Amino acid sequence: MTNPGSLAAKGRPPFWCYWVVLPAFVLIWALIAWLVQSPLLPTPLQVLDTLIRESASGELWHHLGATFGRVAVAFVLAMSLGTVIGVGMGRSATTNALFDPLLVLLLNLPALVTIILMYVWFGLVEVAAVMAVVINKVPNVAVTVREGARSLDYRLEEMATVYEFTRWQRFREVWVPQLFPYLMAATRGGLALIWKIVLVVELLGRSSGVGFQLHLAFQVFDVATILAYSLAFIAVVQLIELTILQPLERRSSRWRQPEAANA
Amino acid sequence: MLELRIAGRDFGQPVLGEIFATVEKGDRICLLGPSGIGKTTLLNAIAGLDKTIPQEAVIGRDKLRVGYLFQEHRLLPWRTLSANLQLAGATPQEAENHLASVGLKGYGHYLPDQLSLGMARRAALARCLAVKPDLLLLDEPFASLDPVMAGELKTLIAGILDANPSMAMICVTHDGGDAEILANRLWYLDGKPARLQWDDVVGEAGLIDGLLGRLRRLELADS
Repeated sequence: MTNPGSLAAKGRPPFWCYWVVLPAFVLIWALIAWLVQSPLLPTPLQVLDTLIRESASGELWHHLGATFGRVAVAFVLAMSLGTVIGVGMGRSATTNALFDPLLVLLLNLPALVTIILMYVWFGLVEVAAVMAVVINKVPNVAVTVREGARSLDYRLEEMATVYEFTRWQRFREVWVPQLFPYLMAATRGGLALIWKIVLVVELLGRSSGVGFQLHLAFQVFDVATILAYSLAFIAVVQLIELTILQPLERRSSRWRQPEAANA
Repeated sequence: MLELRIAGRDFGQPVLGEIFATVEKGDRICLLGPSGIGKTTLLNAIAGLDKTIPQEAVIGRDKLRVGYLFQEHRLLPWRTLSANLQLAGATPQEAENHLASVGLKGYGHYLPDQLSLGMARRAALARCLAVKPDLLLLDEPFASLDPVMAGELKTLIAGILDANPSMAMICVTHDGGDAEILANRLWYLDGKPARLQWDDVVGEAGLIDGLLGRLRRLELADS
């Protein structure tokens, strides 16, 4: 992905286009809002104004914090559980036989159903909210990691056996680097899915978080607040991408030598 | 120091038959035989990589330190040469020394994929040394190297064996010429399922020529 000649890089448009398309979009939005003159379509400036007001009152940070707390807890739980199950399924036919039918079931179960069931069974509590997200995400992680575990190189396994690697060394030095692209794919897909589900969970049964705020704004048709919270959310998600995910990816693929002559 | 009592090995159809042999300190065995006959299978069995062969079939291995030079280098591509050797049990200083002893002085911070095939194989040999092996297993160490590199590696391995007289070696090859330089004992694996057809100690000068002559006649008869 860091290699400019690779297919992934070809799929990514040039950097400058973000500075053309997005401002153009804002301009068109402003123009339409100015023409329509309706509270249902606020201008970009009104949205910015709402954003600053919410930020100054501390409301924005309180609710963003609540949402990202849930995202973080659900993410860590789903990744750990999904990785363990995925590796197990990739390495053992019995485990695979045991979990695969359940995966088919869970992968096709709408997220909304899980959320409702969790709230019905456990009440409108934090644990139920996080559980609902985790149950939705674990199957995706498991399926992705299973692919990685299936493609583990048996030759390096043999090497680790001959050179008497400890369990930890085998995990850290042999498995994790090979699973890394799959874990990264699960992470990206995971965050994208989790933050959307968390909003629904908050909308249906919590009294804090961005989802809860959106719910309140929806009841009074406060479109400016809805857009302001959305913008703040997009900004934070992009920040996570730029400050955590991309550096992590670069760091971990440093050993790949594009010019390597003899593999 | 090592005794083989292998009852056989199946991959759907039998590959290895019964194998009985002993390996003593200082034995330099070249394991010869037609390609695909099961030489690597036997080497894996000795190394303990074959889970279908019971541990009791290879007596004495758990007391030995084994260095295995695989056909591919099998160094961890995401770790430097030095780190690869340290994972096999060397200290950083020892890792440098072992790399220097195979002609890779100063290459400790290189990644395996930055090396040529010949260099990577020497680095893998250095990892074998990092475990201070009692038994060195080499699987076609000269395959796909050009004659000059193969010659250098042969001299290097012979030197290592001379410097460690109590170290035993089993080297898979299908080139009798390798045996002339390295071996003091020859195993010849053939048949279906494969057995050790001969297990000869090469003592006096000239005997190895006789064995290799026999081998060439077998190869001619084969083709």
